[in-house]
Amino acid sequence: MFAGYDFDVIERSLGYLFREGMVFTLTLTALAMTGGIIFGTLLAMMRLSSMKWLSALAGGYVNLMRSLPLVLVIFWFFFLVPYIGGWLTGSNQPVKVGAWMSAVITFTMFEAAYYCEIMRAGIQSIPRGQVWSGYALGLNYWQTMGQIVLPQAFRNMLPVLLTQTIILFQDTSLVYVISATDFLGAASKVANRDYRLVEMYTFVAVVYFIISYSLSLLVKQLQDRIAIIR
Amino acid sequence: MGYNWHWKVLFETEPGGTGTYLHYLIVGLGWTLTTALAAWVIALSIGAIVGTVRTTPIKWLVRLGNLYVEIFRNVPLIVQMFLWFFVVPELLPTALGDWIKQMPPPWGSYLPAVMCLAIFTSVRIAEQVRAGINSLPRGQRMAGIATGLTEAQAYRYVILPQAFRIILPPLTSEFMNVIKNSSVALTIGLLELTGRARAMQEFSFRVFEAFTAATVIYLLTNLVVVLAMRALEKKVRVPGLIAASGAPQAGH
Repeated sequence: MFAGYDFDVIERSLGYLFREGMVFTLTLTALAMTGGIIFGTLLAMMRLSSMKWLSALAGGYVNLMRSLPLVLVIFWFFFLVPYIGGWLTGSNQPVKVGAWMSAVITFTMFEAAYYCEIMRAGIQSIPRGQVWSGYALGLNYWQTMGQIVLPQAFRNMLPVLLTQTIILFQDTSLVYVISATDFLGAASKVANRDYRLVEMYTFVAVVYFIISYSLSLLVKQLQDRIAIIR
Repeated sequence: MGYNWHWKVLFETEPGGTGTYLHYLIVGLGWTLTTALAAWVIALSIGAIVGTVRTTPIKWLVRLGNLYVEIFRNVPLIVQMFLWFFVVPELLPTALGDWIKQMPPPWGSYLPAVMCLAIFTSVRIAEQVRAGINSLPRGQRMAGIATGLTEAQAYRYVILPQAFRIILPPLTSEFMNVIKNSSVALTIGLLELTGRARAMQEFSFRVFEAFTAATVIYLLTNLVVVLAMRALEKKVRVPGLIAASGAPQAGH
């Protein structure tokens, strides 16, 4: 069955695949996760705000992002970011933004909408009485949020946040559509150069599977540990 | 800096000469929907079976179901798309593989896209179905068996009708996911809505008009799906039975 296949191509390109591709994928995942959780938490606080216009604004943003395909959002930002850059710097030419910067911004903004919904559920899982006692002790909004509500919300939602991050890790492979060299992009370049599509794409699938599956096992373990402490 | 909007571009003829750009995009929506619907039907069937099987007491079946779910959940959608498009035809018997490769466009990318989305979505549906069944009190199954139903009948008449009603809301979002995910098929050359918006941008150089039009079409589609599913939920609702609420869940 595997006669005529050349699995050596994988070994020959391992350095390129991991040093170029996987580093891109992992860095993008880490940056988008950090940015996404920070923005997502802020969005969740906005959505739960008593100021109607603020919560409508955040809700509109989150619902918009969640109803569009990620591929379309990647295209949007890929073309939009240079214009926003031009507008911010006051130049009348679009600023040159590479695929890398564009990808980081896209995934941060896109994932923020998903992290927002998770954090919103997390914040809502904290009994209102805790907020009131915070205020009763004389803490202001930011102190109550930062020292009482958010730490607990984070801990309750940690498994879901991490599962979302595994999905983010898989979704970063969609930067293929703007020809960025992530793990899949690197593999596809080698595959097309050497005409070894079967070998390379199978290898990519196996690597993604091993990483995502191990991470999901870790999340499961963490979930059990958190459940016991509570 | 400004951007010169030129909305009239939507009513200009696209280079293929089949009609206006707007028409071109609407045909794209047609492909998005036919891809998503075909995938959805297969996904629902497989997902229902796999999800149900994973709640039975038969150990090896449960393990097989778990294996299926883990494999297709942990590989990115675009990689699965490439596997179906580039790899599967090579591994099939030569005649069958050649037949698939020589299918006229767009069927050559339509078939792999549907298969990929169907399997990818079936895994997520299987998870929902299993969760729905497990959320029912154990007494339901026992009462079914006690009234003389076989295990299979208990599933058919007692457990599944309730489970499916419970998971209708999450199934709605899965359906919207399959519509959104079908955009990944543009990477294997299927000109669905996103693919056509991208093509329109390349032909006409009107970036934001193309993407805005696609965005609006996606939003309208979502609206229709939500309203239709809400009507369905109302129709099949059993008084007193509460549907699954929006438990926090990771998604994309």
